[in-house]
Amino acid sequence: MTNVNYFKDQFEQLQDSAPESTITELRTDGFNTFNKSGLPTLKLEEWKYTNISSLFDKDYQFANAPQQLNADDLDEIRLAGHEAANELVFVNGRFIPALSTIRSAASQLVILPLEEAAKGSHQALVKKHLGQSSVYLKDGIHALNTSFIQDGMFILVPKGQQLEQPVYIYHISDARQQNTLSQPRSLIIVEENAKLQLTETYTTLGTAESFTNEVLEMVVKENAFVEYYKIQHDGLNASQVGSTHIHQVGKSYVHTVVVSLNGGVIRNNLNLVLDAEGNETHLYGLYLLKGNSHVDNHTLVDNKRPNCFSNQLYKGIADDSSTGVFSGRIIVQPDAQKTNAYQSNKNIILSDKATINTKPQLEIFADDVKCSHGCTVGQLDEEALFYLRARGIPKAAAEVLLLEAYAADILAQIKPEALRNHVAELIYEHLSIS
Amino acid sequence: MLSIKNIHANIEGKEILKGINLDIKAGEVHAIMGPNGSGKSTLASVLAGREEYEVTEGEVTFLEKDLLELSTEDRAREGLFLAFQYPVEIPGVSTTNFIKAAVNEKRKYQGEEPLDAVAFLKMMKQKMALVEIDQSLLSRSINEGFSGGEKKRNEVFQMAMLEPKLAILDETDSGLDIDALRIVANGINKLRNENRAILLITHYQRLLDYIQPDFVHVLYNGKIVKSGTKELALELEERGYDFITDEADLAASL
Ligand SMILES: Nc1ncnc2c1ncn2[C@@H]1O[C@H](COP(=O)(O)OP(=O)(O)OP(=O)(O)O)[C@@H](O)[C@H]1O
Ligand SMILES: [Mg+2]
Repeated sequence: MTNVNYFKDQFEQLQDSAPESTITELRTDGFNTFNKSGLPTLKLEEWKYTNISSLFDKDYQFANAPQQLNADDLDEIRLAGHEAANELVFVNGRFIPALSTIRSAASQLVILPLEEAAKGSHQALVKKHLGQSSVYLKDGIHALNTSFIQDGMFILVPKGQQLEQPVYIYHISDARQQNTLSQPRSLIIVEENAKLQLTETYTTLGTAESFTNEVLEMVVKENAFVEYYKIQHDGLNASQVGSTHIHQVGKSYVHTVVVSLNGGVIRNNLNLVLDAEGNETHLYGLYLLKGNSHVDNHTLVDNKRPNCFSNQLYKGIADDSSTGVFSGRIIVQPDAQKTNAYQSNKNIILSDKATINTKPQLEIFADDVKCSHGCTVGQLDEEALFYLRARGIPKAAAEVLLLEAYAADILAQIKPEALRNHVAELIYEHLSIS
Repeated sequence: MLSIKNIHANIEGKEILKGINLDIKAGEVHAIMGPNGSGKSTLASVLAGREEYEVTEGEVTFLEKDLLELSTEDRAREGLFLAFQYPVEIPGVSTTNFIKAAVNEKRKYQGEEPLDAVAFLKMMKQKMALVEIDQSLLSRSINEGFSGGEKKRNEVFQMAMLEPKLAILDETDSGLDIDALRIVANGINKLRNENRAILLITHYQRLLDYIQPDFVHVLYNGKIVKSGTKELALELEERGYDFITDEADLAASL
């Protein structure tokens, strides 16, 4: 069991060795919270269906030194469209500039190790925005990430830069030697009138267990436009808590798609704080679960200002002994009149042993709002299946056709064609292997 | 080609087919008529392999094989085709991709190479002309938002593409306007040949004016109570089912 003493030792070593910066204090706060709360257990309402603490029986360790990987190791991992992308690589939770390729001009895109940004000309930005997610995510696992912020990443898309090249972030966990704990941390600032397309994906090397505990914080300013894609298709030995906290501080547009295919236990927290009048946000999710996979999507849309629009559609399939969880929380603050907030969660269960838990939570403190939510849990359409089989399409292939069709409207929300086709192929393969 | 012997079938414990016997030879066209609820679609479903129906007695031989032992998809790949009375809408699956998959699954089953894109398109064009179906329908999701008549035309188009040995057409004429009926019936006639058998389920003489059957059967209360030639259909048109069903009811009560 990875125990508190292990983390305490590691934390003290880090605080002693890392240079003093605005991050030092943040880590201390994080560790105090972690010490107090421990890892979340099923007793916490927000963690009712997802057991993270038992995972830590697996004795995860931080990797001692950054593992030796070279550019060739990355070839298997790269996403379609990478030739034109800015490719950023984390290994075992640490941003590795040497493995990363930045194709955009420095005037268009600033990418720095977080520690460097915290000391240099971006100091004020880091101080102001790093750690804001703790206001919403108060549990011990989030605090554990904050306790160990090191070799994080800072991305800035400066004012007016409509970035054409997308940003791909590859998270690699090297579990070839030991059970590995990775804790990537990033801060992303998209300034006024700027545009960013960001995709994250996760890969575990080796057969030991990996646990990725990621926190990504993003600040989106006036008239900025963000597309954010998260593609989870790792091994069954790979578990993760991935927290994405997006703060729309100016009237802006954010479009997110989270696709979860393979994995062990996955918990995604996606927070959208709509903190300027007229914000627009779209949240899409797709989880296609098999085996013992467990995927828990928690979304939070906090409407703080008037006239914001948000729409959520999460769709899932649960086969075998898998478990899917969707919890969608919408808060409409007293000031957020004329909020439009919609949410829908649809599920198909393919096996008696699969489970779906779905829970909408609406907390509305303003009176002039339009909010709706709905959830469904159903089965594959037997009539459609028979129709396809009656034309000679074998049962397994017919099921894949129907499941692909079910996933199609979420897939279509991945706007870049190369990436969409890549994910379509992953989905096809994932569904075809039984 | 098809030999049905004393088939009994249940759904949800209720017996719907109560001992059906029917022999169909290559090249023949048989029509099955009968009142609503008599079991015509049930017979078609049992032949196509719908799993909800439980066959409690009897046997079916199709091209020397035990049909009831085969899965739905294998029956199709052996050459059995069912045009559905109520074709299913399948959003998100393109009609063209689906038909291509069906054609190639069948070819694979028969040990043939899959059709390449060019050959497939050529075949599509040719068969589209046969039933005068519009390309725009085929690029949509399967039957999604199709009108009743368009769905039926799509069924016959699929029959043309799959070139079955035995086609069972369940009320393919209902829902078609006068022109469409003529076009679809002509299409079916063009698909008629000495190697292919057709089983038409219909309520209307109108269809049989276009597609002249070799035999006509009346299905009533789960049994074939009368068989004859095409003149039987004319007689039914004139007199209704009563003269046959009364006789059958009387026989059953004895
Ligand atoms: N799933 C089911 N559960 C219970 N009864 C059923 C079911 N499916 C069919 N039946 C019954 O079986 C009987 C035969 O139905 P079938 O559809 O075969 O009739 P049909 O001869 O095709 O009628 P129509 O001319 O109206 O198409 C009907 O009484 C019908 O209600
Ligand atoms: Mg019927």
